[in-house]
Amino acid sequence: MKTVRVLIVDDHRLFRSGVRAELGPSIQVIGEAEDVESAVTAIGELQPDVVLLDVHMPGGGGQEVLRRVLGSGSQVRFLALSVSDAAEDVIGVIRGGARGYVTKTISGAELTDAIIRVSEGDAVFSPRLAGFVLDAFASTEAPPIDPELDSLTQREREVLRLIARGYAYKEIAKELFISVKTVETHVSSVLRKLQLSNRHELSRWATARRLV
Amino acid sequence: MLSEMSEMPNAPAAYSRMVRPATGRVVAGVAQGAAAQLRLDPVVLRLAFVLLTVVDGLGVVAYAALWMFTPKEEVKGREPAREWGQLAAYGVLWLVLAGFAWMTGASSGGFGTWPIAVGGIGALILWQQADPGRRQRWMSGAVKQVSTTWVRTGIGALLVVVGAIGFLAASGELAKARTGLVFTAVVVGGMLMIAAPWLATLVKELQRERTERIRQEERAEVAAHVHDSVLHTLTLIQRNAHDAREVARLARSQERELRNWLYQPKQDADASLAAAVRRVAAEEEDAHGVQIEVVCVGDCELNEGLVALLHAARQAMVNACKYSGAPVVSVYAEVEPDEVTVFVRDRGKGFVLDDVPGDRMGIRQSIIGRMERNGGSARVRTEPGDGTEVMLTMKREQ
Repeated sequence: MKTVRVLIVDDHRLFRSGVRAELGPSIQVIGEAEDVESAVTAIGELQPDVVLLDVHMPGGGGQEVLRRVLGSGSQVRFLALSVSDAAEDVIGVIRGGARGYVTKTISGAELTDAIIRVSEGDAVFSPRLAGFVLDAFASTEAPPIDPELDSLTQREREVLRLIARGYAYKEIAKELFISVKTVETHVSSVLRKLQLSNRHELSRWATARRLV
Repeated sequence: MLSEMSEMPNAPAAYSRMVRPATGRVVAGVAQGAAAQLRLDPVVLRLAFVLLTVVDGLGVVAYAALWMFTPKEEVKGREPAREWGQLAAYGVLWLVLAGFAWMTGASSGGFGTWPIAVGGIGALILWQQADPGRRQRWMSGAVKQVSTTWVRTGIGALLVVVGAIGFLAASGELAKARTGLVFTAVVVGGMLMIAAPWLATLVKELQRERTERIRQEERAEVAAHVHDSVLHTLTLIQRNAHDAREVARLARSQERELRNWLYQPKQDADASLAAAVRRVAAEEEDAHGVQIEVVCVGDCELNEGLVALLHAARQAMVNACKYSGAPVVSVYAEVEPDEVTVFVRDRGKGFVLDDVPGDRMGIRQSIIGRMERNGGSARVRTEPGDGTEVMLTMKREQ
């Protein structure tokens, strides 16, 4: 099996070494970075398959890294990893271009799984992210600007609901009588909508949640 | 966004007929009715009528015509009194304007009235702009919020200036006023140049002080919170260092508390379903030392049926924590327009439902029975080795 080359970007040294120790043998950690500057440089030099990206960091945080790296046309894939549960952090980093979001409480095996998934171009949703997406797409009755991008299909909604209920992709496939590949396709499609939808309610919803 | 929309004062239907409301009328409610129709502030229209009255009494004629052709709004009970105070204010305003127009000869109609009209419209725009509620409503719809405000303010100011100059020109005073204007401009400009750096520093200083104060207040709040809860827990953890289970429980409970404080909107757990589910999960997590992950989509107020649903969900969580052996329990609550669903799932041992002895109250009575008694339903899905999922559904009372 091909090993996945990973760069860990996090400003906590303890956390970086913890993640390094937990990852499975199919993951090769090729470097670490501790702030926006060093992350951008390291990504340019090392060209990792997947960047494990912390959301809160000195110098603008994960969103700034995403902006600078993806803005320059790089194809590197990002998996956001954070202690934060705040809706605007989660939605913000996904809209910034990350292909998934998991919280730091995730187990080593699950994280390994998530990294491999992202390296293959799929999306990774934690139950909480799935909940946020369902909430954000349901929270408004305003007519969508672009129906294709601004609303979820019935099937996508079902998949997200199962993720929110704590189902793994394999379990979702079994539950809905579809293949794991199809589950991945649905999740990737939701990710695309989340990133491209012009619906400004998404960001507004995320910020409004804090102010309630 | 939505709530702002609903705050719009009974937005009129597409072709609603104009009526004269009795409440808050100054004379006959014509201005108020027209304002509701045009979605303007009634004050704007009242001022417009006063201004037009100054010019050849046009306003009175227009008002009277609208009065005749507009039906009165039906009122139940005693008719509310006229706003005499406002009427007096508009009367005084009219007197002042009429006197001014008489002195300058602008009231005779024709070309001489135009500057007053232009200046008046400009002033109205500025006035409209200054009303905070109105501005907010406009802003919520505008895409380029700041720029539209500036454009409006600019147009308003320009109209006032044009009106003033036009008035001077029309009354043949422009030439005379020029020397005065030049003098004023030079003096004001000079003063501004002297005072500008000082004003700029003052504004900056004020802003800096304000942000600094906010920052300090925030820091004090965070310090208080960290001191109260986090430091206490750390002390407890050190004291219990020999008991791994207790340490894990303390750490987890502190983590949850800190997370709620940082990221969750402040909600009343006695009134909101989402907050109540989170509280129940937190309590059971503390009691059993098993992690419970909660995801909530949507929220609604609690009622009798939902309280029963909460009790059943708590029982399901207790069962999962006690008997499944799984390290994590997932709870998912979703509020839909017509029903509320809660899933409690674990990846633990599972069991054979029919093998559960009839005297075990947990599942049959506290979960299934309770839901059915309250008009809801419960479904338990489990297989040995394949975990357990309890699905609870309750219709929402409309």
